[in-house]
Amino acid sequence: MDRIPILKLGSALLVTIQVDMHDRLAKALEDDITAKIMTTGAKGVLIDISGLDIVDSFMGRMLDTIASVGRMLDATTVVVGMRPPVAITLVELGLTLVGVKTALNVERGMALIGISVDDFEEVDRHDGG
Amino acid sequence: MNTPAINALRSLIADDGGTLLDEWLLSLKAAGGAANGRVNENELRTQCRDFLAALQGAFESDAPTDTHTAAYEPVTAILDEMSRSRALQGFSPSETATFVFSLKHPLFARLRRSSKDVEALGDGAWALTEVMDSLGLHVMQVYQTSREQVIKRQQEEISELSTPVVKLWDGIVALPLIGTLDSSRTQIVMENLLQSIVDQEAEIAIIDITGVPTVDTLVAQHLLKTVAAARLMGADCIISGIRPQIAQTMVHLGVELNMVSKASLSDALALALKRTGRMVVPRPIASKS
Amino acid sequence: MTGGETIPIRESSDVIRVRAEVRRLAIGLGLGVVDQTKIVTAASELARNTLVYGGGGHAVLEVVEGKGRRGLRLSFEDHGPGILDIGQAMIDGYSSGRGLGLGLSGAKRLSSEFEITSVVGEGTRVVITRWN
Repeated sequence: MDRIPILKLGSALLVTIQVDMHDRLAKALEDDITAKIMTTGAKGVLIDISGLDIVDSFMGRMLDTIASVGRMLDATTVVVGMRPPVAITLVELGLTLVGVKTALNVERGMALIGISVDDFEEVDRHDGG
Repeated sequence: MNTPAINALRSLIADDGGTLLDEWLLSLKAAGGAANGRVNENELRTQCRDFLAALQGAFESDAPTDTHTAAYEPVTAILDEMSRSRALQGFSPSETATFVFSLKHPLFARLRRSSKDVEALGDGAWALTEVMDSLGLHVMQVYQTSREQVIKRQQEEISELSTPVVKLWDGIVALPLIGTLDSSRTQIVMENLLQSIVDQEAEIAIIDITGVPTVDTLVAQHLLKTVAAARLMGADCIISGIRPQIAQTMVHLGVELNMVSKASLSDALALALKRTGRMVVPRPIASKS
Repeated sequence: MTGGETIPIRESSDVIRVRAEVRRLAIGLGLGVVDQTKIVTAASELARNTLVYGGGGHAVLEVVEGKGRRGLRLSFEDHGPGILDIGQAMIDGYSSGRGLGLGLSGAKRLSSEFEITSVVGEGTRVVITRWN
């Protein structure tokens, strides 16, 4: 089965969702992120959904669950780049994801979890060198 | 079909020696169909000539009294074009409909001259009336539809004009709302605001309702939904300028706006600057020496 | 009314197919992007209900005309256990399976018209319409 890749950037995980996910793929992603937080000790999880043109209640619930599980594992989850029509529809649906932090883009999301872009460039250089 | 009435119709334009066009133009101008010279003389003449040719073609068809057949398509095409362009140019309904109705007089005069007896005249008149009335109605229908499109477009333009989203600072946008908000306008406004948040990469959006006289439950709910949607996108909203009466009404209605609210737009801007890590301080007075 | 399009709903990838087809029809109808998103999301909720609660079924998607405007009508039908108390099922948060229970009530809020009929032991049929 296909899987959504999870990148490690410094002490954060970056997940970019670009395909329309069916429910099993969403569930697999939830499991993968949880496992990856444990193995990497990540302090933050950024989920970039700027490529998604809908988020329904199932995907909304998945985002909520990831954030809650992450919190218990001491990682802050930030949902990044939700498009206006998607946000309007989610609110209309009755899902406001109050437990989830949000940011306009990945850079702001990084800042929100206390990691600046410079920080992980630093890390990357260390990793590379 | 070849009843006497239909044969009468067919000979009306066909046997014309070219005077029908002139008579029609005279009748059309007399009835105000040229709209005091707003329609170009040559253009009108061409339009009328084309129309007569098309009408003649339709009269030659199998069912000349049924204006909904394919044979009438060239006729209605000319009328569509005429009504639409006149509706857009602001012609009155009668100035537009006269195009068809002014043709009745010269046609009926011809029918009278060519009819051999009263019965033939009666049948011919009925057939001709049916055709001309149906075409006249068609003109009005197209005119009406075109006017409605104009009104709809203007409404859209007005609602866009009256709701500009302005950039106050890097990362700070404001939406100054003025006038009564109804549900549909609020929705458009809010969608614009959310799109601006993306375009400007704004982390704070100020919604200023100083210029809004009243807020009903539905509009208050739209405001709340917008704030919630903006938050999902990663931006915070500040509402400013809620009038005391509005605040009271809303509490009575049970829709307390659960959001950050400031008394004035400048207070809201000060808060927005502070939140984005900026400060406005007086400049020290330069010493003259 | 143009001939409807029937999509079977047997597995979770069919839900994606329903979403994609509804999006295509909504664009063809000239719906704005917000309205497109709303109807696609509503379709996603109902298609998932058909799959998860109804044990599979099918969706019929059609473009309809009425009162001088055009709209998109989506019908979801299953032969599952049916819903005992529809009033209860429409309340936010109620759920007999997984999910947050926003499926039915959410889909209703995202549509112009909403209609549900259900017979215990026979199945459920939900019809929603979004007018342009």
